Amino acid sequence: VTWLQSIIDGIGLGAEYAVVAVGIGLVFGVMRLVNLAYGELITAGAYTLAFTSGQPAVVAILACFGVVILGALVMERVAFRPLRGATPATMLVASFAISFLLQNVYLLAFGSRGSTVGTLGGLNTAIAIGTLRIRWISLVSVIVGAVLLAGVTLVLDRTAMGLHLRAASADFRTARLLGVRANRVIAFSFAISGALAAAVSVLLTVQSPLVTPDFGVSVTIFALIGVVVGGLDRLWTATAGGFLIGFATAFFGDELPSASSVYLPSVVYGLVIVVLLARPGGLFAGGGLGAERV
Amino acid sequence: MRSRLDAALSVTAPVVLVLAVALLGSNAGAVRQLEFNDALVNAAIVVGLYVFIGNSGVLSFGHMSFVAIGAYLSGILTLGAEQKNFVLPQMFPVLRHTHVSTVSSLGLAALAGGIFALLTGIALMRLSGLPAGIATFAVLGITANIISYWEKIGPGVTALALVPESGTWTLATGAMIAIVVAFAYQRSRFGRRLRATREDPRAAEASGIHVHRERLVAFVISGALAGFAGGLLVHELGSITVAQVYLELTFITLAMLVIGGVQSVWGAVVGALLISGLNSFLNDAEQGVHVGVYVHLPTGSRLVALGVLMALVLILRPSGLTGGREVTLGGLRRAGRLWRPERSAG
Repeated sequence: VTWLQSIIDGIGLGAEYAVVAVGIGLVFGVMRLVNLAYGELITAGAYTLAFTSGQPAVVAILACFGVVILGALVMERVAFRPLRGATPATMLVASFAISFLLQNVYLLAFGSRGSTVGTLGGLNTAIAIGTLRIRWISLVSVIVGAVLLAGVTLVLDRTAMGLHLRAASADFRTARLLGVRANRVIAFSFAISGALAAAVSVLLTVQSPLVTPDFGVSVTIFALIGVVVGGLDRLWTATAGGFLIGFATAFFGDELPSASSVYLPSVVYGLVIVVLLARPGGLFAGGGLGAERV
Repeated sequence: MRSRLDAALSVTAPVVLVLAVALLGSNAGAVRQLEFNDALVNAAIVVGLYVFIGNSGVLSFGHMSFVAIGAYLSGILTLGAEQKNFVLPQMFPVLRHTHVSTVSSLGLAALAGGIFALLTGIALMRLSGLPAGIATFAVLGITANIISYWEKIGPGVTALALVPESGTWTLATGAMIAIVVAFAYQRSRFGRRLRATREDPRAAEASGIHVHRERLVAFVISGALAGFAGGLLVHELGSITVAQVYLELTFITLAMLVIGGVQSVWGAVVGALLISGLNSFLNDAEQGVHVGVYVHLPTGSRLVALGVLMALVLILRPSGLTGGREVTLGGLRRAGRLWRPERSAG
């Protein structure tokens, strides 16, 4: 594998992780919640796609978005609203409990053998340019990732709700005093993060069509690591961190000699530790350019 | 005087609770006994977690790496020499030829956990908040990855099996040792200084407390206890795989600590025993069980119910069931006052 191929693979995976990172970062910005149950939203979307495999792709994808956004809103209302104001550690453990609960609900309802998604399977083929192989899904991931990130940025910058969200992230209490409605702004951030999770379900199921109860776990953990490595304070640093961890995973996965490729996670985790020690605030954290947190 | 009494009471309460569980367990049937043993080992692990997380207020997702190292080391050292030559031919000669008793292997597990915690802690204790959580998690990821594949230090992808099993009383003694160590640390100068940094790092630093050093001390003691508990775990189960000391155990033990109450030994022990007990009860309920009424849950619903209950406790009591307090005279009196009206009514 040439290094150019490794870079191309890296960009494809990086784009997907970046989308997950935005979903996690948005909710963190508003309510200081690290949502480990985010992966189960992705899994819910993947199951929806599996059960609508017979339908036209548009119907399946719309159903996926509907289910996941609804799921995100229900999760916020039932589980996280009562916990508002609890310590971050408590919220994190609670989100683990929700994640654990949902995984076991999936296991009980759909079994451990997994369901297969057939929607958009054709995107998994590759186009060859010389010796380089570019899979369609890598291209689609990059484009979808870019469009979604641009969309989220537009919503945050240009709409009233986006302004409220940014205000709430900067200082929740002051924002409330100035008339930002807490329930609405938090529900809004969950809805956007749900939409992003649904997009990730679509992208991920193309590459790994077998949906098991723990489908969304590893991408969530890696994106979360990326978010912290990049820097939690701003949305773009979190996104860049997510991209970087996806990129590093795919890049070193290609570049490591096959005998030592089983140690890929150690290489990535080792880099994470080095970065955190060198820059605890995040790799891209600047020196106090205002308090904007989204 | 009052404070001495309180201290005695605070350390006695969790020890008595562990003794009670061990007593029940040793008189239970063989299958039920396994569940009690499991609860005791969980208590030891969670107390180990508490020493660092509870006193420092810094989250660690990495403690299962100490548990894993303790478990594998203690398990490998107690295997018979012929078994090791047969099952683990590629392992380092030192590990392959050494054979020690279960008790000494537990000591070595604690030592290994402590040393590993010292090596990682020197660098990582400069971090706090989420970066600390993620960095410790990265340590766990590396540990799990290397144990899974490096056949010079362990069985690689296969399970480490045929480890001699220990009985309920050994495990209970282990849990009690962990409790006493945790309590001794908490009462010591070091424990008090570290708790001062938890309440207000800047004020603590201003009064001459070295935050980094105090955290490191707790991390090492906590790592040693976790390694020790890992040794107990492998001798409880008789075998171990990496998956058993990785993500799920990390979060379950953390949930036990938070549900019990992060800031006290009592909370750690109550949380561990309660969640373990609940797990066993739900297991029974899947077969059908009488508790006044006949309860019968559909097969596979145990973990769902456990998840619901964990989430409910966290939502209703975010500071944990014990509120993070130790058992004290004042606390007992308050509890008594709460009960009395009911008694006079009945």
